[in-house]
Amino acid sequence: MESLTFRHTTKTPLPGSVPSAITGVVASGNLEILLERVLPTDVCEVAIETPIAGYGDVWEAVVADFVARAQPGGLRISINDGGARPDTVSLRLLQGARLMEA
Amino acid sequence: MAGTRAARIDPDTVSWYEATARQRVRALVDPGSFREFLGPTERRMSPHLPLFDLPRAFDDGIVVGRADLDGGPVLIAAQEGRFMGGAFGEVHGGKLVGLLRAALELKPTAVLILFDTGGVRLQEANAGETAIAEAMRAIVDVRAAGIPVIGLIGGRAGCYGGGGLIAGTCSRLAVSEGGRISVSGPEVIETNKGAEEFDSRDRALVWRTMGGKHRRLIGGADAFCADTVAAFRHAALDLIRRAPTFDLATLDAEQARLESRIARFGECRDATDVWARLGVNDPEAVPAMDTRAFDETVSRVGDADHDAR
Repeated sequence: MESLTFRHTTKTPLPGSVPSAITGVVASGNLEILLERVLPTDVCEVAIETPIAGYGDVWEAVVADFVARAQPGGLRISINDGGARPDTVSLRLLQGARLMEA
Repeated sequence: MAGTRAARIDPDTVSWYEATARQRVRALVDPGSFREFLGPTERRMSPHLPLFDLPRAFDDGIVVGRADLDGGPVLIAAQEGRFMGGAFGEVHGGKLVGLLRAALELKPTAVLILFDTGGVRLQEANAGETAIAEAMRAIVDVRAAGIPVIGLIGGRAGCYGGGGLIAGTCSRLAVSEGGRISVSGPEVIETNKGAEEFDSRDRALVWRTMGGKHRRLIGGADAFCADTVAAFRHAALDLIRRAPTFDLATLDAEQARLESRIARFGECRDATDVWARLGVNDPEAVPAMDTRAFDETVSRVGDADHDAR
């Protein structure tokens, strides 16, 4: 297993007040994402556990793109990966942020 | 935990087969009533899977909690068939057993188990096997306390291995066409006995032998549902109302029912032979029947409903 953690500063907090949300399932080519509103409002941390080693730079790029788009300030995001492709990861992250915004 | 949010879905249209465990639970019970025990934020994950370099799930593949069903309090467990085939590991099994034991104190209207499992998780098999035995014992205690335990089966992993054994101890079962109930799965039988005995790639054979329609016709399941969450909700409410008393008379009736089943159908080589002996006019037509036509067929067959189990 490879563990990766990325910490970003955001310009704004993520809107809404949902304390936590989960989306996706740990299955082949899929992943689950747990989002918790537990950090300072200008910080977002993404922690990943993946059985596919060696793709740290791809994860870094996908997470940076998500943070730039969603501005998920305040969220700790934990990912259990089942070997998802970058586009799936990106969609799930945005889906998770949407669940937290309501 | 209670506040963890997941996407909402429409119970009338969403496919039970396609839905995740969380989607099934939320759409099945009264809106907004579900409260999860040991939810994903508590991170009760498998202590064993990292040793095998395998990914874990925050809920170890099972969602447990309390909810209201048509205003009545229920306890509910839902397996996630897509995470490791919904298999029973240590934490997964412990959550189900704990929920069942809690029923003795909380005294809900019923306990609902949404099976979706291939059986025991091989990477933590001893703990999984123990959990199966403990769950069966716990179900007996819950039923003896007068609380019905209802199994709902229609997920992509079916209900196999120890899950099939646990289902056998429930008060009543509802199944959909996509659901399958058995102990040894098709691949297991083929591996041990050869493709001549059971060809696991013959999907029609698999569904004839283990699928929802066959189980319903021979009385192995007590309701047949269309593949929607609303159909399973309707079936669950109906089965709670007509769950049998758990006493010696019920167990004697179950023993007699199973003995007579062996005597009548033990010689049959195919499920269609069983359906013919049950009095189904055109056994070959059963797999293609829609839910309404199938329900009519079931109502003409005497063996599908009984006071046993």
